Amino acid sequence: MTETINKQMAFIDGSRLITEACVRAGAEVFVGYPITPANLLYSYANQRYPAMMAAPDEITTLQWMTGYASLGKLPVTATSFPGYALMIESINMALMMELPMVIILVQRLGPATGTATNGAQGDLAVVHGSISGGFQLPTFCISNLQDCWEMSAKAVETAIKLRTPVVLLTSKEMVMTQMSFDLTKLTEIKKSELAVFEGDNLYKSYETKENLIPSFLPVTQNQHQVRFTASTHNKEGILQNTTPEALDNTRRLKAKLDLHLDEFLFYELDETESAETIILSFDITAQASREALHKLRDAGEKVDLLVAKTLFPMPDKYHQILASYKKVIIAEENLDGQYRHLLYGSKPPSHIKGVNAIGRMIQPEEIIKEVNSNG
Amino acid sequence: MDNRFLIDSKDLPFCKGCGHAGVAQNTEKALQKMGYNPLDVIFVTDIGCHGIIDKSLRSHTVHGLHGRSVALAGGIAAGLPKDSGKKVVVFIGDGGATIGMQHLLVAAHHNFPMTVVIHNNMLYGMTGGQPSEFTPCGFNTPTAPNRSAIGAIDMVRLMEGVGAAYVSRISGIGDFSDELVEAFSQPGFSLVEVMEICPSYGVKSNPGMKLKQVIESSGLQLHKNKLERSVNHNETYSGFNNSLLTDKLVVEKEFDPVIKGTVRILLGGSAGEGTQSAAEFLARTAMLSGLYATKKGHYPVTVGVGFSAAEVIISDKPIYYSGSTKPDYMLITSQDGLEYAMPRIKKSDTSVILLDSSLETPETASTVISTDLRSKAGSRNAAMLSVFKLIKDYGILSEASLLTAFSRNKLSTKVPVETFTANI
Ligand SMILES: Cc1ncc(C[n+]2csc(CCOP(=O)(O)OP(=O)(O)O)c2C)c(N)n1
Ligand code: SF4
Ligand SMILES: [Mg+2]
Repeated sequence: MTETINKQMAFIDGSRLITEACVRAGAEVFVGYPITPANLLYSYANQRYPAMMAAPDEITTLQWMTGYASLGKLPVTATSFPGYALMIESINMALMMELPMVIILVQRLGPATGTATNGAQGDLAVVHGSISGGFQLPTFCISNLQDCWEMSAKAVETAIKLRTPVVLLTSKEMVMTQMSFDLTKLTEIKKSELAVFEGDNLYKSYETKENLIPSFLPVTQNQHQVRFTASTHNKEGILQNTTPEALDNTRRLKAKLDLHLDEFLFYELDETESAETIILSFDITAQASREALHKLRDAGEKVDLLVAKTLFPMPDKYHQILASYKKVIIAEENLDGQYRHLLYGSKPPSHIKGVNAIGRMIQPEEIIKEVNSNG
Repeated sequence: MDNRFLIDSKDLPFCKGCGHAGVAQNTEKALQKMGYNPLDVIFVTDIGCHGIIDKSLRSHTVHGLHGRSVALAGGIAAGLPKDSGKKVVVFIGDGGATIGMQHLLVAAHHNFPMTVVIHNNMLYGMTGGQPSEFTPCGFNTPTAPNRSAIGAIDMVRLMEGVGAAYVSRISGIGDFSDELVEAFSQPGFSLVEVMEICPSYGVKSNPGMKLKQVIESSGLQLHKNKLERSVNHNETYSGFNNSLLTDKLVVEKEFDPVIKGTVRILLGGSAGEGTQSAAEFLARTAMLSGLYATKKGHYPVTVGVGFSAAEVIISDKPIYYSGSTKPDYMLITSQDGLEYAMPRIKKSDTSVILLDSSLETPETASTVISTDLRSKAGSRNAAMLSVFKLIKDYGILSEASLLTAFSRNKLSTKVPVETFTANI
């Protein structure tokens, strides 16, 4: 066994990988307000980002980030539910302005202040419903240390390419637990850059071509007038009530994501030939699910595993994959299966099972038990 | 060069006679006097009647949320390159300055290079004339027709209190462009509170009252204050370039592993007694033998008191799940740790529990070994001693790897290895 290990094994936590990956992918400033369990990200940021700002609260955090983004600098923050709740109106603002940024949401046990030092996966519905009007934030989720690297880079890249705030969803144990990890597995990360407007013709801040993404100019411009607006606006970025042009622009915010969904669809499907049961998981519970899968397969069971990494907008692909199984088990560390309900509605069909827990990690044995049960 | 800032200064989007028009016109005049071109200026506007000005402006405009414009502008001002030549101007109302008061204090405190112009019409114009924290005694509004109990917050004084580099309160009647020039010329933060009247609600609720009279009876002084402060554009730049993936994180295999399979260890101690570092040490020692390892910490929010627990897993196979529900070994060094581990101690029947001899032996079907940890190594090193004991007595890792790992641990510079080797 041991010969497979001797590569470049490091003892490392997820926060370190996330920070390094974000900076390599093009993040330029970290704006933060401390909150457990996101503090490791804050302290690493202090050692790594080209610029760091200690904000006095989470509303300011998001506003400062948006200010930086209007200059063409990609900002990142890390928070937990109490901070995220304060950010929501400002995230709506950044989405409407089409200014890119990454918000790392490290989940902890709620409601309210809850237990700061206990992990959870309880903020899916909040993230899904963050934007007034039913719009979505591209939301990525981390399922292991490899994802800390890859999904963080994808979050930055997606924010820059699609000009939108992106949520990187994770949880306490994912970013704080130290694990041995082979550094040679880290893929190269390319720096992303905003597509900038070129030419001398009239620039309209929200005019788009086929890709539905407006080309960017910062407010430091000397040739073109640049407008960023959070109110319903026309192509020039001027506030309108509900003119057709302005509503088209608002609708485009969804169409933009729909058009590019395939480019940021990430998941892991571990399938065998004739399995009738599949486990769907993400975030920290993906760990328990992987362990359960190995144990079940060692015992001769046929089971598949889908680890969701792009959570929102909800990929249709997941429905396509799950449709062919007789039993679907969705394991997530929250009260009643938030992702399960987002996938299947308030009353999921009976073959859609949930394995849930609060206040502790879900154990592999609980998932195994559900796989083996005849319900 | 066309240096109009307003597309048409006669055609502004406000009610007839609204004080906001005067602010817009005087701002244009002031910026022109200073030689700015429209694209040299970034206007950040708040939500409120005053914020509707965007469409009339030929400069860059950023229009965000109610009360947050000052914070938004702060991000721009802080991130602007030093030589950008841009001027950041915030237009905000008394309503916005009420809901976002902290942002004003913070922007002044940081001395961000920007000018905030408060359009103080002493009420929320856009939403129907409700009172703000800037509504003075005796100034009535449609929803507070007998406003007398509390006066207005003196924002200018408040800003002085946080060290604002420049503040002034002026009357928004006539030509006040020179006053604006002075504020706009400051290298750092400046704030101008322009007292003005909303004819639609202010005049209606206070028939015959003149602005001058309101200012006089409010107790608010028209005055200014200047403080010498330096502007450090680079204040936020840490400028780090070095990868976080340092060699120090790497633990190369130097020894042969002793165990086969997986071993789970729970360490239970008290905050500040080295439990987390002992757990990390154990995991790294395992990695010296080419094993996989994980370490998960658990503690209350107050890091200095209460329990401090850690779960370590070491294995010859990749570890997917870092939780550890049924530890093979529990190293309990304090009462806090014992209480934390108690549910698992009660449930377990196959664990080996190394328990500090000062603690009462709990009821369990598992094997409990009472041993001197605290008394031999002291409270701060008891957890480390328990790790030494575990490795020595149960042979899960080689002694050679243990001694090598310790010699590289920073504790070895403070505590002689004999503290541990002599006591196991
Ligand atoms: C968070 C939030 N709360 C409330 C409102 C509703 N609102 C819009 S403008 C406004 C008050 C505007 O007053 P002021 O800032 O003094 O500007 P004025 O209209 O007097 O120029 C309020 C309360 C809002 N847009 N956002
Ligand atoms: S309602 Fe008042 S503040 Fe608003 S535009 Fe009319 S006069 Fe001006
Ligand atoms: Mg007002």
